[in-house]
Amino acid sequence: MSDIRLDAIWKKFGATEVIRGIDLTIDPGEFVVLVGPSGCGKSTLLNLISGLETLSSGNIFIGGRKVNDVPPRDRDIAMVFQSYALYPTKSVRDNITFGMSVRHIPRQVQDAAVAEFAGLLHIEDYLERKPAQLSGGQRQRVAMGRALVRKPDVFLFDEPLSNLDAKLRIEMRTEIKKLHQRLGKTVVYVTHDQIEAMTLATRIAVMDAGHIRQFADPFTVYDDPVDLFVAGFMGSPPMNMIEGKLRQDGGSFVECGAPGAELRFPLPEAMARRVAGHDGLAVILGLRPETIFAAGSELPGPDRYCFELPVAVVEPTGPDTMIVFEIGGRDLIARVRPQDARPQGTRFRFEVEMRKAKLFDAASGLRL
Amino acid sequence: MALPKALSRSPWRSIDRWLPQIVVSPLFAVSLFFVYGFIAWTVYISFTRSGVMPNYTLDGVGQYVRLWATPRWQVALRNLVTFSVLFIGLCLVIGILLAVLLDQRIRIEGAIRTIYLYPMALSFIVTGTVWKWILNPGLGLERVMHRAGFESFTFDWLVNADFAIYTVVIAGVWQSSGYAMALFLAGLRSVDDEVLKAAAIDGAGPLRTYFGIVLPMMRPVFMSTVIILAHLAIKSFDLVMALTGGGPGYATDMPATFMYAYAFQRSELGVAAASAVMMLVTIIAIIVPYLYSELREGRR
Amino acid sequence: MNRRQIDGIVRRGGPWQAVQRGVLFAVLALFCAYYLVPLVVMISTSFKSLDEIRLGTLTSLPQAVTFEAWAKAWGSACVGVRCDGLQPYVWNSVMMVVPAVALSTFLGALNGYALTKWRFRGADVIFALILFGAFIPFQVILLPMARTLGVLGLAGTIPGLIMVHTIYGLAFTTLFFRNFFIGVSDGIVRAAQVDGASFFGIFFRIILPMSLPAIVVTLIWQFTQIWNDFLFGVAFTVGESNPVTVALNNVVNTSTGVKEYNVDMAAAIIAALPTLAVYVLAGSYFVRGLSAGAVKG
Ligand SMILES: Nc1ncnc2c1ncn2[C@@H]1O[C@H](COP(=O)(O)OP(=O)(O)O)[C@@H](O)[C@H]1O
Ligand SMILES: [Mg+2]
Repeated sequence: MSDIRLDAIWKKFGATEVIRGIDLTIDPGEFVVLVGPSGCGKSTLLNLISGLETLSSGNIFIGGRKVNDVPPRDRDIAMVFQSYALYPTKSVRDNITFGMSVRHIPRQVQDAAVAEFAGLLHIEDYLERKPAQLSGGQRQRVAMGRALVRKPDVFLFDEPLSNLDAKLRIEMRTEIKKLHQRLGKTVVYVTHDQIEAMTLATRIAVMDAGHIRQFADPFTVYDDPVDLFVAGFMGSPPMNMIEGKLRQDGGSFVECGAPGAELRFPLPEAMARRVAGHDGLAVILGLRPETIFAAGSELPGPDRYCFELPVAVVEPTGPDTMIVFEIGGRDLIARVRPQDARPQGTRFRFEVEMRKAKLFDAASGLRL
Repeated sequence: MALPKALSRSPWRSIDRWLPQIVVSPLFAVSLFFVYGFIAWTVYISFTRSGVMPNYTLDGVGQYVRLWATPRWQVALRNLVTFSVLFIGLCLVIGILLAVLLDQRIRIEGAIRTIYLYPMALSFIVTGTVWKWILNPGLGLERVMHRAGFESFTFDWLVNADFAIYTVVIAGVWQSSGYAMALFLAGLRSVDDEVLKAAAIDGAGPLRTYFGIVLPMMRPVFMSTVIILAHLAIKSFDLVMALTGGGPGYATDMPATFMYAYAFQRSELGVAAASAVMMLVTIIAIIVPYLYSELREGRR
Repeated sequence: MNRRQIDGIVRRGGPWQAVQRGVLFAVLALFCAYYLVPLVVMISTSFKSLDEIRLGTLTSLPQAVTFEAWAKAWGSACVGVRCDGLQPYVWNSVMMVVPAVALSTFLGALNGYALTKWRFRGADVIFALILFGAFIPFQVILLPMARTLGVLGLAGTIPGLIMVHTIYGLAFTTLFFRNFFIGVSDGIVRAAQVDGASFFGIFFRIILPMSLPAIVVTLIWQFTQIWNDFLFGVAFTVGESNPVTVALNNVVNTSTGVKEYNVDMAAAIIAALPTLAVYVLAGSYFVRGLSAGAVKG
């Protein structure tokens, strides 16, 4: 088990800055997920850690050793790629043992390692086949086997599940988590899928445009996002973002909606204290869909706010029903119990749990 | 669009329906007549006693017996084998070598590629003319070596019946090896980057990566390059005509020049037709299995 | 051809790396010389006088540059019995190449379109039959073609040669366009049909404009092939109507008089210049043509 430390690293391709000053410390045995929109530099960051790209500046330490100039083969890492990158002319067995045979590891040791992991990954029945003769899920397992078999200190995954269908993806997700729990190795895992990030990570690093916006455990990232970007990226359906103005006349409110038909969301006391003295500030109120429900459908609690608006669209998903409504011309989503849903066009009485609301500065996007 | 109903059901509609077939049929007819019809005619003539003029009475395999008994044809076949083996072999070796070297993130790759490939834009006649001058006994390479101090150097391959065929190989390889390079380089570039990254992570160095992983993946490219080069070799006519004219004597004759000589200079139509059929059969034996597997691959 | 995307795997530095890199560039440079020397020899010889050729060597550069050989090759070298230089034959080639290239490209596009985007029954079989025509050794059609041209009264004429090149170029151009159109979504044709466009409407207004790259590749390929052709030229034309490749071969292989290597080289450059120019100006299309020529089913 090794820790990984990134110290002020930059990566430029010609004039394009892809990684723009990242510091990150990953503890031994952690499962860190790098998540962010496509093109934000996740793969590049992973390639820097693996040595597949050279740094422009900064330092990388793996297990306390500075590895800036250490080639990939000597970093004690293994990697799983999105396309699986299996060697098409080699059998499954030879794919798995290639790394060991390059290192002149004795045949018996190789065979023993194959036997161990083939069983674990359920690929023992097609060890002699070529990758072209395998299904997508089987190829994925072989790619995992190739990474596991050398028993490296650090595993790097670059969107390993993106090419699988939805059902298989969930299955493999669970298996990867089990493997991590069993082997306890340090993992850096790249994905653009925030559900994958939430389910797998011990800590999530949310990336945007070459920066890390937030690095924290999944619950914190979800419940305590540092800014609009993180809040908007995590969660599905995404957090409702309502533009408004801070009003401090006899209590603290966020006032939003068209003039004449404003809604005034009262802020809970703790939040009100934090924003005291900013009367009139342009803010964005963030409400997760599950914090808006049918009035009276939950046990009463403090800091609730009720309002009534027409239903624009009804979207049943099975366990919950999404109700789309409009404030100030923007679509917002409430997650209600199916039995509380009302048809499109009827007026609906919503209740908001204001304690779970997030407040952002509209100008800087930062949490208030 | 308010077209009257009657009009939309007029005969034009049904012609429209058949238009694709109508458009393709002239091409199809041309192909039937000018390819298959002509082949049939040539095959037929090869089984007649045709001499200066076509003669349509069937005469069995007489022309083939005469063809195979002709020493000049045997020389042509031997030359074809020698030429093909050396030409294909050298083009492959040079092509693969240059493709692998060019694949090493060379900054001026584009310029180098342009230089390697320009001979392909030349006519074989031009190539033959140049190499005829370079290999000229006396004024050519020989003179260069003499002036450089190698007084005893002689180079008379061009006029030496035993070696002249190798001059055709030299010129042919010069012209076509860049083509092989381009095909292999395109093949190398189609290898998924992630496979190369995986090999680097597995610890393979450049040699191990190429010989263990990348080149084995080039098998289909290798196959199609061999086929294309073989095709070029069997059809090679221009180069021989320009470089040696088939000479000295008929020492560098190939099936293509043999056929031309018998058809247009000696007017022995029957033998010419028989030799053309032999060429066709050879090419079919190479091309058809290849096309078949290619088309099947494509469908998968 | 796209370049390698990997920016740089971290490798151990050191002198060994530098040696490897040095050997790499040495080999590449050596082959550059291999391919370029004949061109240099060709050009430098064409600017030498005959005396200089007799006294100097192949690789020496011209001491006194003279354009005599060029003037002679262009205007007064003897091709057979006629001594007008290559000039008339260059025009022959131009007059043959332009219609043959245009016709075979256009018809190839039309047929490729009909065969791929309107997959009527038997289209695959028809395509396979046509495709075969691209691979036959042309020796097998020389004799009947010579007779057919005679019957049509086109023997030894440029229109006859145009016809031959168009017919035997069609298999290739159809193949090129079929390979290109296979990559074009059928949905485009369906959508246009739903909008009421006809077979030709779709071809001219939608398919042709989007196949510009394929058209350029095919034009360049056909131009190179037909300009450089020797077999059809020597078999189906006589004297006056010879294309430039045949004339060049006649200039070089006339056995009478003194061998004028400088004129030969100038003539060779004249014959090569059009295709070389196309290669230099549109190299990437040329390369694409080459790899398209490597049949992909
Ligand atoms: N070798 C390269 N050369 C130039 N630009 C690159 C290279 N690799 C990646 N990039 C650029 O860097 C950015 C980030 O790429 P990447 O790390 O692959 O994003 P992600 O994996 O987050 O989708 C992209 O805009 C991409 O175009
Ligand atoms: Mg990526």
